[in-house]
Amino acid sequence: MYELAYSRPESLTEALALLAEDEGAQALSGGQTLMPVLRARLAMPSRLVDLQRLPELAGIRLVEGGIEIGAATTHAEVAASAHVRAVLPALADLAGGIGDPAIRHRGTIGGSIANNDPAACYPSALLALGATVTTSRRTLAAEEFFTGMFSTALEPGEIVTAVRFPACQRAAYIKFRNPASRFALVGAFVAQLPSGYRIAITGGGHGVFRWREAEQHLDGGGAMAAITEDMLDLGHFTGDLHGSAEYRHHIAAVIVRRALSTLA
Amino acid sequence: MTAMTAPMGKFGQSVKRVEDSRLITGNGRYVDDLVLPGQTYAAFVRSAYAHARIGAIDISAAEAMPGVVKILTGQDLVDGGLFALPSGWNLNSVDGTPARVGVHHALAVDTVRFVGEPVALVIAETRGQARDAADSVFVEYEELPAVVDMAAALGPDAPQLHPDIPSNRAFTWDIGNAAEADAAFARATRRVSLELRNNRLVPNAMEPRAINAEWRAYDGSMTIYLTHQNPIGMRLFFMMLLGLESENHLRVVSPDVGGGFGSKAPCYAEELVVAFAARAVGRPVKWTAERTESFLTDAHGRDHVTTAELAMDDEGRFLGLKVHTLANLGGYISTSNALVVSYMYATMLCGQYAIPAVHAVVEGVYTNTCPVDAYRGAGRPEAAYVIERLAHLAAREIGVDQAEIRRRNFVKAFPHQTPLVYCYDSGDYEGCLDAALRLADYAGFEQRRAEAKARGKLRGIGLSAYVEACGIGPSKLLASLGGGGGMWESCEIRVQPGGSVEVLTGAHNHGQGHQTVYAQIISERFGIPMDRITVVQGDTDRIQAGTGTYGSRASVGLSAAVKSCEKIIEKGRHIVGYMLGIDPGEVDFAEGIYTSAATNQTVAFTEMAGAAHAASSFPTDKLEPGLVATTFFDPPNFTYPAGVHVCEVEIDPETGVTEVVAFNAADDFGNVANPLIVEGQVHGGLTQGIAQALWENAVYDPDTAQLMTASYMDYGMPRADSLPEFGLAFWPSPTPVNPLGMKGCGEAGAIGSPPAVINAVCDALGIAHVDMPAAPEKIWRLCQERQEAL
Repeated sequence: MYELAYSRPESLTEALALLAEDEGAQALSGGQTLMPVLRARLAMPSRLVDLQRLPELAGIRLVEGGIEIGAATTHAEVAASAHVRAVLPALADLAGGIGDPAIRHRGTIGGSIANNDPAACYPSALLALGATVTTSRRTLAAEEFFTGMFSTALEPGEIVTAVRFPACQRAAYIKFRNPASRFALVGAFVAQLPSGYRIAITGGGHGVFRWREAEQHLDGGGAMAAITEDMLDLGHFTGDLHGSAEYRHHIAAVIVRRALSTLA
Repeated sequence: MTAMTAPMGKFGQSVKRVEDSRLITGNGRYVDDLVLPGQTYAAFVRSAYAHARIGAIDISAAEAMPGVVKILTGQDLVDGGLFALPSGWNLNSVDGTPARVGVHHALAVDTVRFVGEPVALVIAETRGQARDAADSVFVEYEELPAVVDMAAALGPDAPQLHPDIPSNRAFTWDIGNAAEADAAFARATRRVSLELRNNRLVPNAMEPRAINAEWRAYDGSMTIYLTHQNPIGMRLFFMMLLGLESENHLRVVSPDVGGGFGSKAPCYAEELVVAFAARAVGRPVKWTAERTESFLTDAHGRDHVTTAELAMDDEGRFLGLKVHTLANLGGYISTSNALVVSYMYATMLCGQYAIPAVHAVVEGVYTNTCPVDAYRGAGRPEAAYVIERLAHLAAREIGVDQAEIRRRNFVKAFPHQTPLVYCYDSGDYEGCLDAALRLADYAGFEQRRAEAKARGKLRGIGLSAYVEACGIGPSKLLASLGGGGGMWESCEIRVQPGGSVEVLTGAHNHGQGHQTVYAQIISERFGIPMDRITVVQGDTDRIQAGTGTYGSRASVGLSAAVKSCEKIIEKGRHIVGYMLGIDPGEVDFAEGIYTSAATNQTVAFTEMAGAAHAASSFPTDKLEPGLVATTFFDPPNFTYPAGVHVCEVEIDPETGVTEVVAFNAADDFGNVANPLIVEGQVHGGLTQGIAQALWENAVYDPDTAQLMTASYMDYGMPRADSLPEFGLAFWPSPTPVNPLGMKGCGEAGAIGSPPAVINAVCDALGIAHVDMPAAPEKIWRLCQERQEAL
């Protein structure tokens, strides 16, 4: 790690000011990606602005039609939340399966989606459920928020404050774990919303995406069991040491079928 | 806790480890915890290339950076008289010529030979300053072609790593009898053959390597704090390589050590450089490896490519065995590796079977990879994997059950002289097999397979009957095979006037539970509570002599302890004889009390200890005061732990994921001093072995020789939630080679389990072989092929 300054502001205003006054400043929200990057000296921010104590980013609230989760909420808090379990149990399951206990007690939902790792779990839930992201400046639909791997619509100095999800009992997340990192080699979040089925795939390599062909197949009354990788563009997938593009492509269809079969 | 309630030790009891509460509450003291007056910190400049000629090294910018104390390059070390790193074992090729040892400078001089090889060292006032400056050392590299694959390295077009070593071949060594093996194959009516790869592993001790070295110019002496499995052995290495005057100019201290698995047994380049640097700057220098450095430079394990062939008669009786192994040495020969790939490996290729004719050839090959050395099992896992995979294939070939083929070939009488130097001490292989089969409900397996099939899963069962060699010794045999001898262990026991006991051992505990087991055994011998016994280790100023801990050598160290106990008790008999005015021959000792049947008087052990020091109740011209005893125990033979592992897997054919759903093991560790600790050792070993079979794999890019699995994002460590409950049973055949009848248990789990897992995977899929690790995509593709074949 290179030498840097560290601030832990007590309010959103203070945090925004710190980020605004220093171009090299970097927001820190759990640090489960950023800290290893810093340790490996792959980044050189002049200052870390720790968002963990901001009251504006805290808490899980029931709201009309769904639930709002403060950006600084840890995965462990989401997994254990009675509110989340009641209105969106699939999201609690997802949070409870991220990394390991140490990671779940440090990593946050805001940090995860702002980083938008192409193998992260949360982005698939936001996309499948049609969640909205509230930032220090605006509100964005998930589809606008995620713009490609490791990239989002966030502008410099803009902070995610909360994520709002619709209530949904008919939803499920299955992660096919990378055996080393336990990130998603492929992950699939499926949901049946009033508007129809939505399926989001993470881990493909280029960033989270919706499998619209499968959604249309289901909305058109097609059988769940008839969903195969033939309906899925192989171009969404890249390969690495842990699985070829072809294998990930195949696994995506398998876990989507399995996730769908669990819907009540 | 008071003395009244302090527990008494007893051999064979599951006593909880006395060291754990200190370690798990953060009160351990590791090398990195130690800060010395005037402390400086070191950071290495490492090669990003796997193979390159070193040009100019520009340190001017780095030297000018804040806090920089000194920068050293390879040439500085050569100029300063530092010797190159030695191979610690003299191995001869078939033609009688000695192994060709590539010159291994502690900092590369002209050429770098693997990614991460150290090129320069920066010493600075803080760790951060040292790292910052290391980033500013500019090294010119002329990149050379790199080679990872051993067959390619031996080929005509391969880049040559060392100037005087053509074909990158360090040695071609053999064992056994080629003519007899050929004759056996000519006679045989059935045979099976196999080509396999034993995957390369990264050891991953929890505590990374670390050293803090302090030079005292006024008397030319040095103290080295080092996380190591063998501090006393390292004193000799460092003394010689640094050119220090004598042993007493160097003190080596290994405080708490957070795991080793063999990776803290070699003499490493980095540690030697830091010691040299401490002398060069005249201030203490500390270096603690970062995890990336551990991945790149901790000696890796395994990495064999082997072809093996087993000859049989029609009943499946094993007649002959031929094995040819390419052993990847990495860029240099690490300290013990010439031993590991030869006498620790090929000697064990017969496994538990009476195979009359064997011939094995091992070629040691240099490649542009991290040097390889001992890793949990060190050669024996590689041997067990070869013979137990062949046994599985033999059962298929003959058409008999996996257990039956083993039963037909077991060694049945002991001692058993193998055709491969070693002589197995004791065992009951068939009894152990039956115990394992009962534990695993082997008879009920087909029902479980059918039940799994109904759920869409492919269930398989695999056996592995391993035998290994522990408690390495005797010294004379080791010397005759190419070692330096000296494979005894020492133990000094000091009884204080108040009756408390200090035990000084040259064995080194880094997770094995020595504090507990030494105390347990000595407590029982002396009849005093365990908390009166302190085990002292890991400091050459306190321990006179020792050889460290590896290869389950606790049986050797404990044997020395027991013999020292006997000497103390015997001296006590004489003291008590004087105290009671009777002949020492009439003094009995049991449960901490000396008694005289003749006079009906008693003297407690602690009273005797007081009397030994008071020296007033006996004539000191006939009996020396004090109560200290030392023993050097040189074992007459290795011990040969053995066992049978039974693994059941379920494979999801749609994803290729293999799950170990049951794992049972019956082991012969001889007498077991502390079943709780032994079970823990077995759990750890099984975990590492199962992980090798399913997840762990060090992968180098075939073209650039970059380590692609250099972090936990890509290197698959085992996790508790991926493992089943282990079913364990002991089936002891006590060894006659030491007074405790103990054989050792540290490596067994990692030796027996990989073939058990792969045999189960092959059974589930109905295939002959799949290389480790049985990763999901590989297994999925095999399932696809199987589906197409149906």
